[in-house]
Amino acid sequence: MTTAATSSPPSPAATPSLISGRGTGRSGDRIFSVLTRGSGALVVVLVVLTGAFLLWKSVPSLLDDDVNFITSRVWQPAANPPAFGIAALLYTTVLSSVLALLMAVPVSVGVALFLTQCAPRRLATPLGYLVDLLAAVPSIIYGLWGAFVLGPVIAGTDSGPRRAIEDALGWIPLFSSTSVARGNVFLASVVLAIMILPIVTAISREVFLQVPRANIEAALALGATRWETIRVSVLPFGKPGVITASMLGLGRALGETIAVTIILSQPSSLEDFNFSVFYGGETFASKIANNASEFSTPQKTGAYIAAGLVLFVVTFLVNALARVFISRRGDV
Amino acid sequence: MKLTRFSPVVAALAVGSLLLTACGSDNNSTTGSGTDKTTGASTAAACASGTLNAEGSSAQQNAIDEVIANFTSDCADATINYNPTGSGAGIEQFTAGQVDFAGSDSALNADKGEVEKAKARCQGNDAWNLPMVTGPISVAYNVEGLDKLVLTPDVTARIMKGDIKKWDDKAIAALNQGATLPSAAIKVFFRSDESGTTENFQKYLAAAAPKVWTDEPSKSWPGAGEGREKSSGVSEGVKSTPNSVTYVEWSYAKDNGLGVSQIDNGAGPVELSGASVGKAVAAAQPDGTGNDLRLKLDYTTKEAGAYPILLVTYEVVCSKGLDAGKTTLLKDFLTNFASPETQGGLEEIGYAPLPAEVSSKVQTAIKAIS
Repeated sequence: MTTAATSSPPSPAATPSLISGRGTGRSGDRIFSVLTRGSGALVVVLVVLTGAFLLWKSVPSLLDDDVNFITSRVWQPAANPPAFGIAALLYTTVLSSVLALLMAVPVSVGVALFLTQCAPRRLATPLGYLVDLLAAVPSIIYGLWGAFVLGPVIAGTDSGPRRAIEDALGWIPLFSSTSVARGNVFLASVVLAIMILPIVTAISREVFLQVPRANIEAALALGATRWETIRVSVLPFGKPGVITASMLGLGRALGETIAVTIILSQPSSLEDFNFSVFYGGETFASKIANNASEFSTPQKTGAYIAAGLVLFVVTFLVNALARVFISRRGDV
Repeated sequence: MKLTRFSPVVAALAVGSLLLTACGSDNNSTTGSGTDKTTGASTAAACASGTLNAEGSSAQQNAIDEVIANFTSDCADATINYNPTGSGAGIEQFTAGQVDFAGSDSALNADKGEVEKAKARCQGNDAWNLPMVTGPISVAYNVEGLDKLVLTPDVTARIMKGDIKKWDDKAIAALNQGATLPSAAIKVFFRSDESGTTENFQKYLAAAAPKVWTDEPSKSWPGAGEGREKSSGVSEGVKSTPNSVTYVEWSYAKDNGLGVSQIDNGAGPVELSGASVGKAVAAAQPDGTGNDLRLKLDYTTKEAGAYPILLVTYEVVCSKGLDAGKTTLLKDFLTNFASPETQGGLEEIGYAPLPAEVSSKVQTAIKAIS
């Protein structure tokens, strides 16, 4: 579908000025079609080339890998023979992102519902801008703020929220107590949740705005309260859109680099693996970013690129899922 | 209709590109006029004009930044850029011909083919490792009320391994009689990024406490603790966590007001100071030939008053084969860098000056660059 992009040379007959505003007819169509097809093809080519680059660079190292790449949590790519596995990275990446999503989506949906269904228009517009502004804050700012301001308050060993969760749910391995002070997955998830809030809110808001007026009025005419109206007409209509928004947010959380790098502490390799959210860890992106300056040999670089490849595949799958939901929405 | 909707966009693009080109030409003209100016011959330092680009170790960043600032304030026509991306990246960029010299916390490694690659980059001439910045690594701690802490290599290694778990452990108490040690768990912080500091600290532990530290020294940390990003991360970690300890460049320990342990290598406790580090550097054996001044540090030195945990940052330069224009500037800059006045000023920011013997050898080598 994309091969046509290169096959339309500019026709000599189509020289009359485009800028005159009239009679652009054929050449306008042609240029437009070349541009759009070209852009479409470019995106596909970029994705394929990125994937190919990751594969090409990582395969030699993967072949030399001394341990199982998927199930091992050893990371010694510079050793001879190299030994590296992504189990711990994958766990931390997925755990922090999913937790972030669980925290962000209910808030986002609430904000979007408030902005579209409840708030007076005078309030809704500036509030909407405010939420969008959150997306404009650079991630390094979130990282520093999370590490130095929010961290001691909610994630330190003695801070209230953490103690409360440990006391109530500590018997579950996921919430067991650890000695990691602030650089834990819990804090990273909270910061990630704040970071993905704007994107999830913005898309949910757009979807809720599209709910046909007739649906809402019908519900109201049947005597439904505001909550019932939202429940029977707004939420079902918006559900696929909210899911899509969540997937996009998840994609962002999975790949977030600098904020997570600043926040997370790396556990010692002497300790056993700990499943707790109050334990440290490293995500794919933070591991690569943290060590990018010491990529001294192709073998070592390949190991990190292999980790990048897994992140690429995971993000790709998440986005593909989002696509599936979007296409389903067409059938509703 | 359509046209009017598009025209603001077109206008904005046009204005934008005008602005951008304006900026571009602006920059060009300033650099142009800068190089056109006649050299201020009155300044003391020899001043060639031009631009040098360098990249590498972040361990020497503060030192080289300071030296560059002083040098370029004397020599207005010289521009020197140093990009602290890490030793590995610096050597890679140097051998690829992207930068004029590299800063590295270990000398070029023949096993990794770095020596050969550097030779090719210098058009068949040898690359030299010139020791320039001495960075002591401190064992920094945060224990309330503990002003002085003495550690031996053996005890340090056991703390870093997680074998000694409490501050009032007998081994620590024996070295610090009279000090009040809390009965609290020792929290170790380590560098989560791969770093030359980690490698050099492990080299020390492996050499001075071989029975405890059996790991092969590498850029990643095999010991106990909690990993934080970069020197700033570990020093912040110690600062904000009571009863914690880490290994970090002296400057970070100073800036954060952390306690710095004295190291007893067998000849009594040695406080970390410019003089005590200088003694250890002077005791190091030359490991290269001719003007390749790579050093072999003696971590187990029993010389009285020598502080043994340090790393030496080299400037990796071509002995020959750099552009003629750049060579003069490179020599001027390095001569200034190695001069006793410049080196003496580095102690304030947490580095130790090169001892006189080493400094004069470096000066000789710089003169020999052509």
